[in-house]
Amino acid sequence: MNDTTSPDAPPPLARTPLYDLHARRGARFVPFAGYEMPVHYGEGILAEHAHTRSAAGLFDVSHMGQAFLIGPDHETTARALEALTPADILNLPRGRQRYTQILNAEGGILDDLMVTRPADPDEDGVLMLVVNAARKEADFAHISAHLPAAVKLMRADHRGLIALQGPKAAEVLARHVPDVVDMPFMTAQSARFAGMDCHISRSGYTGEDGFEISVNAKRIGAVVERLLDSPAVRLIGLGARDSLRLEAGFCLYGHDIDETTSPVEAALAWSIQTRRREEGGFPGAARILSELAHGPERLRVGLLPEGRVPAREGAEIRASDGAAIGRVTSGGYGATVGGPIAMGYVSRRFAEPDTPVVLIVRGKEIAAKVVPLPFVPHRYHRAPAASAPSASTQSGVGP
Amino acid sequence: MSTVRYTKDHEWISVDGDIGTIGITDYAQSQLGDVVFVELPERGKTVGKGGEVAVVESVKAASEVYAPVSGEVVDVNTALEGAPATVNEDPQGRGWFLKLKIKDVAELDDLMTEEQYKEFLASLA
Repeated sequence: MNDTTSPDAPPPLARTPLYDLHARRGARFVPFAGYEMPVHYGEGILAEHAHTRSAAGLFDVSHMGQAFLIGPDHETTARALEALTPADILNLPRGRQRYTQILNAEGGILDDLMVTRPADPDEDGVLMLVVNAARKEADFAHISAHLPAAVKLMRADHRGLIALQGPKAAEVLARHVPDVVDMPFMTAQSARFAGMDCHISRSGYTGEDGFEISVNAKRIGAVVERLLDSPAVRLIGLGARDSLRLEAGFCLYGHDIDETTSPVEAALAWSIQTRRREEGGFPGAARILSELAHGPERLRVGLLPEGRVPAREGAEIRASDGAAIGRVTSGGYGATVGGPIAMGYVSRRFAEPDTPVVLIVRGKEIAAKVVPLPFVPHRYHRAPAASAPSASTQSGVGP
Repeated sequence: MSTVRYTKDHEWISVDGDIGTIGITDYAQSQLGDVVFVELPERGKTVGKGGEVAVVESVKAASEVYAPVSGEVVDVNTALEGAPATVNEDPQGRGWFLKLKIKDVAELDDLMTEEQYKEFLASLA
């Protein structure tokens, strides 16, 4: 089975720079996107989930793809990325981050990603990208193939990435980088962490306040060890990462979104800013602008099953008259909700909250209803001065 | 005194006369992680050796539980409905799933003793 000389053997799994640290701290590993990743540590997924919601969880997300887009000025680089995505990158202010999707010619989603414009004016013309691990090779090839001559993609494989998430994340990180407490949600800055250069954004994939910290792979272990010195911080594996993001209503690429789903169908229309809706000029604009004007045929919704039975990915969704109306794309147990939760696509006329539906689990009918996302209100750190809308009315961001 | 036997699918059966109490092993619960739901059969259901008799849902996934021997379900552990985590806490005690009236005790001979099961677990490592 482990004979790597066999021609049929799968390629060996990659490891993140934190692999040894995970192993020392009791991680159970699973293969994920070509990497050996911790699924949980000693305490298990439910405890890690609860810890992240009540204190601070530390996630290794070094498997994700980091890269720089580098052009002569912001406008040139922004327009190069806008040719591939439907977000307004041109008007993204310095030090701000935005969620968007790489689209195919039919408006289907090739990947979802975070785009950051550096705060430092000396870095004008640079954009930082974070894409999904399973898609990074395809993404970087796709982006490179579509760039104008003046803009280059430079992979940042030498950097690791960690996420510190939860209500105590700011207090813990501020012991090392004091000014992070004032950073509003979806902003970013370069910083020094115990003498080490790093790049910090206030964002995440849990719905909690928190940060993502990009550091040279050689030094990321030292950053993690220092954060773990705080009793509020515990390592959290992929298991809780998945249940936290599901409660927060975020999409997981390859499950809730893929090359067949458009951002409008995926309930991500909020990530297409007005200027792009007016001007178009992104892949699949015809379909997407039509869906924005007339409504998509199907829509991603939250699903709340009655009782205790989890409905998982692939479960059929039926209307109360028995007609098939869609499928569950993510489902499981919401530890904070305290019961089963799911999301999936349904025909648009069944997408209104409180619509009764039926989920088919092992041949049995489970009563459920359509509910608004997220399942657990987001608790982001908003700018104090602005008349920011309440966190619970905001749509999700990822990845 | 009861006899305990094990399957390669990590079920245990504790036999007392012609009644077998069935659950999953400590190894199984540690592999599954946090159990959040157990689907138990109806009393009176008959099941063949190796037939699906219950489903255990952890945070990660749903897994079938197979009958170690043929028989009729005579009791189920309804306490698991409100406290599925009992399967993690005490898998070979309070976390039992169901009791079978065993059809043919000779089928027990195909199962592993505790010593054999421990060797089997060692071979998986």
